[in-house]
Amino acid sequence: MSAEIENPVLEIHDLTVTYSKKPVLWDVDMTIPKGSLAGIIGPNGAGKSTLIKSIMGLVPIASGYIKIFDKDLKEVRKNVSYVPQRGSVDWDFPASVVDVVMMGRYGHLGFFNYPKKADKEVALDALRKVGMDAYKNRQISELSGGQQQRVFLARAIAQQADIYFMDEPFAGVDAATERAIISLLKELADKGKTIVVVHHDLQTAPNYFDWMVLLNTRLVAHGPTQEVFNDENLKETYGGKLTLLSEISKLLENKRFPAREAK
Amino acid sequence: MESLLEFFSFSDHNVQSVVIGSIWLTASCAIVGTFSFLKKRTLVGDAVAHSVLPGVCLAFILSGSKNPLYLIPGAFLTGWLSLVLIDKIVAHSKIKEDTAIGLILSVFFGLGILALTYIQHTDYANQSGLDHFLFGKAASIVREDLLIFSVIAIILMISVILYFKEFMLISFDEEFAQSIGVPVRRIELLLTTLTVLAVVIGIQAVGVVLMAAMLITPAAAARFWTNDLKILMLLAALFGAFSGISGAYVSYTAPAMPTGPWIVVILSTIAILSFLFAPTKGTLFRLLKQVKIKRKIKDENTLKTMFYMGEELSSFYHPMEVEEMISKRKMQKSSLEKSLLRLKKEGYLEKEKTGWVLTKAGKEKGQRIVKLHRLWEVYLTKYLNIAPDHVHDDAENIEHVITPELEERLEKLLNYPETDPHQSKIPY
Ligand SMILES: Nc1ncnc2c1ncn2[C@@H]1O[C@H](COP(=O)(O)OP(=O)(O)O)[C@@H](O)[C@H]1O
Ligand SMILES: [Mg+2]
Repeated sequence: MSAEIENPVLEIHDLTVTYSKKPVLWDVDMTIPKGSLAGIIGPNGAGKSTLIKSIMGLVPIASGYIKIFDKDLKEVRKNVSYVPQRGSVDWDFPASVVDVVMMGRYGHLGFFNYPKKADKEVALDALRKVGMDAYKNRQISELSGGQQQRVFLARAIAQQADIYFMDEPFAGVDAATERAIISLLKELADKGKTIVVVHHDLQTAPNYFDWMVLLNTRLVAHGPTQEVFNDENLKETYGGKLTLLSEISKLLENKRFPAREAK
Repeated sequence: MESLLEFFSFSDHNVQSVVIGSIWLTASCAIVGTFSFLKKRTLVGDAVAHSVLPGVCLAFILSGSKNPLYLIPGAFLTGWLSLVLIDKIVAHSKIKEDTAIGLILSVFFGLGILALTYIQHTDYANQSGLDHFLFGKAASIVREDLLIFSVIAIILMISVILYFKEFMLISFDEEFAQSIGVPVRRIELLLTTLTVLAVVIGIQAVGVVLMAAMLITPAAAARFWTNDLKILMLLAALFGAFSGISGAYVSYTAPAMPTGPWIVVILSTIAILSFLFAPTKGTLFRLLKQVKIKRKIKDENTLKTMFYMGEELSSFYHPMEVEEMISKRKMQKSSLEKSLLRLKKEGYLEKEKTGWVLTKAGKEKGQRIVKLHRLWEVYLTKYLNIAPDHVHDDAENIEHVITPELEERLEKLLNYPETDPHQSKIPY
C-alpha cells in the first residue's frame, strides 16, 4: 500500500541499501508531503536509522534515488537538518552547550569563517526554544539524557532548515522533555517545515504523527496516519512474515552475491 | 647545578638548537595529538610511529645522508603507506581495525629493525646515530635541522588553526559533519597527514617506540584541567614543550641517555599529578568533596535527632546527652562527638554541664530537615503511590539533597500538609 501525493518534499524511489552485501533496505518507494510530522516506525534492526542515513548521504546506496525538494541533497543541504541518535557521540567531549548548538551554524559558514554575532544570536534563540538557555555555558558531560537531546534539537533548530530528520529523539528522555519536544515539533510543522522522526513507541505514535512510514527492511506501508496505522499493517511490520526475505538476506551475505547487478 | 645554568643560559649554539628544536617537536606533537586523543585513535598514532622506521632507513641507504631533508620524505612515505594498508585491510577483509593495526605495526617495525641492523653491519661512514630514532636523542638536533623542523611545526600549527572548526566537528560528531556538507574524508586525510608529519619530526626527540605516548599523554593530562577545547590544546602544547625542554636538558647533560623515555616519564608524571590534583576532575578534589558531603549529612542527622528528642520532650532547648542521642538513632559515639563539636563551632549547639543544647539556629536547621523528610514521604505516597511503610528510607537520603527552591515548590505542590503518612506533625 502506498500513497501518491503531489509535490512531495521527500521522494524516495526504489531505494536499496546493503551492508557488506547484506540488504538492509529493500526496494523502498515512498514520499512525504510538505508540512507533515512523519513517523518512521518499525522494530529494532528494521533499517530505520539506515533509511535516514541514506537520505543524508551517510551510507552508500546500492540502487535507487532520493530527491529532497525535487533536488539532490547536495543542492539543498542548507535546508536539511539531521539529528543523529544521541548515543552516537561522546558526551565527554570538551565542549559547552552553546558550542554544540553553534555547530548548527557551521553549514552556513564554510571554510575559514568563524561564527559572527548573528550566528550567536540564532544559537541562543534555539536554546531558548528548547528551554535550555539557562544551561548555555554548561559542560555537555554534565547534562541529563533529556537535556542532551534538547541540545541536539537546538543545534538542529539553529540550522534554520526546512526539513528535519531525527533519529529516535525520544529514546531515554524524561516525560517532560518528550512533551516539550513534541510540541516544538508540532509548532515547526505548523509553520510549514517537514519533520521526519524515527520512533518505536506504538502507544504514542498515532498521537504524535500525521504521516507514517511502516518499515521492516522493506516498506510495509506509508501514508496518512489514519489510513495506514491499522492492525494488519502493524502485524506485517512487527510479525514474522518476513522470514523468507531475511533468509535470502542471509544467503546473499554468506555467498556475497551483489544485491543488485553492477551497472 | 652548573650544567643547569650553562644549559639555560643558551650560550652554546648547540644548546639553542636542541632546546628550540625539542620545543617545536613536542609542542606540535601535543597539538596534533589532541585530536588523536579526542577521536580515540591512539593505536593509529602508534602504528604510524613504528611504520616510519623502515622509511627512515631506506632514505638513509639511498641517500647515504642523515639530513632530515631526505629522511623526512622517507619516513612520511612508509608512515602513510601503513595507514593506507590498514584501511584497505579493514575494507576488504573480515579483519577488524585493531588487529589490522597490530599487524601493520609489527610488520613495518620488523622491517625497520631489519634495515637498521643491515645498516649497522655495512660501513656507511656516518651510520652511527640512526638508531637514535628508536628512542630519540634530542641532543642530535643540529642547527641545519632546526629550519626544517620549524617550517614543519609552523605548517602544523597554522593548519590546526585554520581547520579548527572542521577538526572539532569530525572529532565530536562525524555524521553530523557529513550531513552539513563538511568533506569528512578530505578533512580526515588532512588530519592524518598532519599526524604523520608530527610523528616524522617528533621521532628525532622521542623515538618511534614511545611516540604514541607523546601524541596522547599531553592532551590526556590537559583534559583534567579544562573543558574548553582551545585551552586544552594550549595546555597540551605547554605540557609537551615542558617535557621537551626537560628531555633536551637530560640529553645535554647525559649524552648517552636516550631522550624519549625521559620525555615520556615527565609527561606521565604531569598526567598523574593532573589526575590526582586537578580541581573538580582530580581524584583528591573528588575525595575531599565526598568527605564534606558525608560530614554534612552526619551533622544534619545529629540536629534532626536532637529535634526529634525535643519534640518528645516538648522542649527543644533542653540539654541532651550523647548516650540518649545514640539510643534514639544508631550512630558511632566517636563520630557523633566529632559532629557535635563541629556543630558547636558553627553555632548550632552549646555545651552545658548536663549535655548539649540546641541554639535557635540549630533548632531551625533540625526542624527543616525533619520537615523535608516528612514532606518527601507525603510526596512519595501521594504522587507515586508508594506504600507508607516504604517511604522512610528514601526520605532519609532526599532530605539532605533538597534545595530551598525545591523545598518551596514541594510545599506549594502539597499545599502545606499537616501530617506525614505516619501521622507525625510536619513542623513549619
Ligand atoms: N555499519 C553497519 N554495518 C553492518 N551492519 C549494520 C551497520 N549498521 C546497521 N547494520 C545492520 O543493519 C540493520 C538495520 O540497522 P538500523 O538501520 O540501525 O536499524 P534500526 O534503526 O531500525 O534499529 C541491522 O540488522 C543492523 O545490524
Ligand atoms: Mg536505529
